[in-house]
Amino acid sequence: MNGQLEPVLVVDNLHVALPPGSDRRFAVEGVSLTIHQGRTLCVVGESGSGKSVMATAIMGLLARELKAGPGRIVLGGNSLLDAPAQRLRALRGQAMGMVFQEPMTALNPVMRCGDQIDELLRQHTDWGAKRRGEAVLDILRRVKLPEPERMLRSYPHQLSGGQRQRIVIAMAVILQPALLICDEPTTALDVTTQKEILKLIAHLQEDRSSGRRQACAVLFITHDMGVVAEIADDVLVMHQGKAVEYGTRDEVLLRPQADYTRMLLAAVPSMTPPPARPAPAGPALLRGKEVGKTYRARDWLGRSRLTNALQAASVAVHGGETVGIVGESGSGKSTLARCLIRLIDPTAGEVLWGRTGQNKADDPQGAVLDVARFSEGQLRPLRNQVQVVFQDPNRSLNPRRKVGDSIVEGAINFGATRAQALELAASLMEKVRLPVEGLQRYPSQFSGGQRQRIAIARALACRPRVLVADEAVSALDVSVQAQILKLLREIQAELGLGLLFITHDLRVAAQLCDRVIVMHHGGIVEEGLTGSLYADPQHDYTRRLLAAAPGGIA
Amino acid sequence: MQLWQLRSQRLWRNSAFRFGVLVLGVLLLLAALAPVLGTVDPAAMDSAHINTAAGARGQFAQLDGTVVAHTFWMGADNFGRDIFSRVLYGTRTSLLVAAFTAALAIGVGALLGMLAGYFRLVDAVLMRFMDGLMAIPAILLAIALVAALGAQLWTVVVAIAIPEIPRVTRLVRAMVLTLREEPFVEAARALATPTPVILWRHILPNAMAPLIVQGTFVAASAVLTEAILSFLGLGLPADIPTWGNIMAEGRVQFTQYPGNVLFPALFLVPTVLAINLLGDGLRDVLDPKFAKRSP
Repeated sequence: MNGQLEPVLVVDNLHVALPPGSDRRFAVEGVSLTIHQGRTLCVVGESGSGKSVMATAIMGLLARELKAGPGRIVLGGNSLLDAPAQRLRALRGQAMGMVFQEPMTALNPVMRCGDQIDELLRQHTDWGAKRRGEAVLDILRRVKLPEPERMLRSYPHQLSGGQRQRIVIAMAVILQPALLICDEPTTALDVTTQKEILKLIAHLQEDRSSGRRQACAVLFITHDMGVVAEIADDVLVMHQGKAVEYGTRDEVLLRPQADYTRMLLAAVPSMTPPPARPAPAGPALLRGKEVGKTYRARDWLGRSRLTNALQAASVAVHGGETVGIVGESGSGKSTLARCLIRLIDPTAGEVLWGRTGQNKADDPQGAVLDVARFSEGQLRPLRNQVQVVFQDPNRSLNPRRKVGDSIVEGAINFGATRAQALELAASLMEKVRLPVEGLQRYPSQFSGGQRQRIAIARALACRPRVLVADEAVSALDVSVQAQILKLLREIQAELGLGLLFITHDLRVAAQLCDRVIVMHHGGIVEEGLTGSLYADPQHDYTRRLLAAAPGGIA
Repeated sequence: MQLWQLRSQRLWRNSAFRFGVLVLGVLLLLAALAPVLGTVDPAAMDSAHINTAAGARGQFAQLDGTVVAHTFWMGADNFGRDIFSRVLYGTRTSLLVAAFTAALAIGVGALLGMLAGYFRLVDAVLMRFMDGLMAIPAILLAIALVAALGAQLWTVVVAIAIPEIPRVTRLVRAMVLTLREEPFVEAARALATPTPVILWRHILPNAMAPLIVQGTFVAASAVLTEAILSFLGLGLPADIPTWGNIMAEGRVQFTQYPGNVLFPALFLVPTVLAINLLGDGLRDVLDPKFAKRSP
């Protein structure tokens, strides 16, 4: 439709070379794209696909190790690759605005938000103080920040994540650039906030209220197919530095040509839960009754202030059952999980670790113990009951220990000899589909998905009854995520584990969980069987949460 | 291991580190080979050679009465002792004091820091004590300790190490406070790993890099502090030559015979510089957060 108009951005056969000795020669290899005004191009791909490198190449902010060329980047008639640094600096801000993933690091923490926006205007315009002040206030209104006068005087840490991202967006669009580059701008945000930010970007793109001549073009980098479906006009799919598919949204999403695109689309979990499994029999293996956690902080006068991170939350996990806890950041879902694993001390309620189960013979007392007030020493002999897999696979394994040493640790703590433990570790590596030789390597020699498998093997090594997965697949690419979810399901079926799955991702919860608990502001607002909860949410917040999930593709 | 090879390669490419290692290597060799490098007994006095000029050749009467041909590379002092021999043997003292002090300060500091970082109750008591210790000027504290303990190699090491301990403790405590929240430490707790094992296996190895770097800085300041103590006459007994007491003895006739002060200083300065550069290089490679931007 805009075919006859001059395109805003043309990238032609762009190459970005990686330093010698990397696993491939080019971070970006022969990628071409064109964006016209008013259009949104989504570049989608998994981590390591080169999508962010391409964005930084366009901005002229490549790390020194990376070299751009051969290829061409033309922004509104200016060739960027051979432009001098000074010219690029002028173009950034004026001709292109940038929004990054983490708003806290994009903002200067010791400068008031208003001053940061003002600084940008001083750099790029010759406006007087009064005009700049008006422009700053105006842009804060246009990005729909509440109380713009107060926001001007606020420091970044005083704002919420979504508000901070609005400030960053304000800085990106205040000079009315022809191109807005967004690199995963909503990935660090909650779904409901994400929805608002996406709406804002779409709105600003069309907004001509302050006398702008043309609608802005958007280059949107994301890994989330749901976001693509929601905002894209055109889609470029990248894999290993190459463009594997390029077309309009409907072409790519509905009639994908490349195998890789099909795989990516297939790996996105559906929002429709599968048919329910039969309810588990037997007693609960892990139960929290009215669990609460209150933090007490003292100010400089010694007055104490209470923060209720968690209030009267009750959960039960039976053998063979998967219970999901969903909620946004700050909803208390991780606090609840950590109370149940007893990594932190709950301040109220009971935490019951069931010692009954299949092998009652081992355990003549067959007792269910309330461990909520147990000391670390009292907990230690019971710790094999409940194990945990954390979110970030880069940080959940000790980088200085070999994988094998990490896996055998639990088994040895519970009385196995080193030889027995090593044998168990080898069989567990097989179970999580990793080569046994991996036991001798360090975590840094594995990819994120492989590390998460190692973390699962480590948790299984002390034969737990219940596995708590705290956002265990949230840091992984969709294709890897699908594999880990499959692995968890298989292991659960084989060992009859109870699984408590904490996640912010409603799609993952829909596919994996038998029952779902929705948390908000430190309390449980709704719980029920996954099918009925998704089909007919009762609580207002659950409805909002379900509506905010980026969708379009079923 | 591969990781280690990569690290050592990167270390060697760091010019500060390379310079530090080379200078320290030469000093270590000089110290180790002192007896065969044309030296005489550093304590022997030959009244025939009082204030001999640097570079002079002559006969040196040793303590046992034998007379050897000797070149006074750095001259002789006002007791007729060969300064070159004294400076080389002094290198031994300085390097020993540096190594022992660093080891002691790092060892004790790491232990206390881990306890303070992991146990809240220890923290409250111990860190207040450390704050108190830090309020006393290091050199004053060292002087008081040497005066109280008497002057020997180990007392000097202890006296220099103690004022350094609070700094190391604070560093380790701060690292432990962040490391204990790391998921791999929480995972170890969930696996029922006993606390001492968590501290030893999971926390200490991950705090090692900054600790080694801090160790080099402690060593560098130990060389200086030892020289100051000796210069003030509060360090090792006068019969053990150290750079500090050579300078102290040369101080009186500095205007006529500056060599007595300058030659030990010529060793002292590069030593401290080399250890500091070694530390800087280590920090750049092991602790990339503070590194200058690549290459």
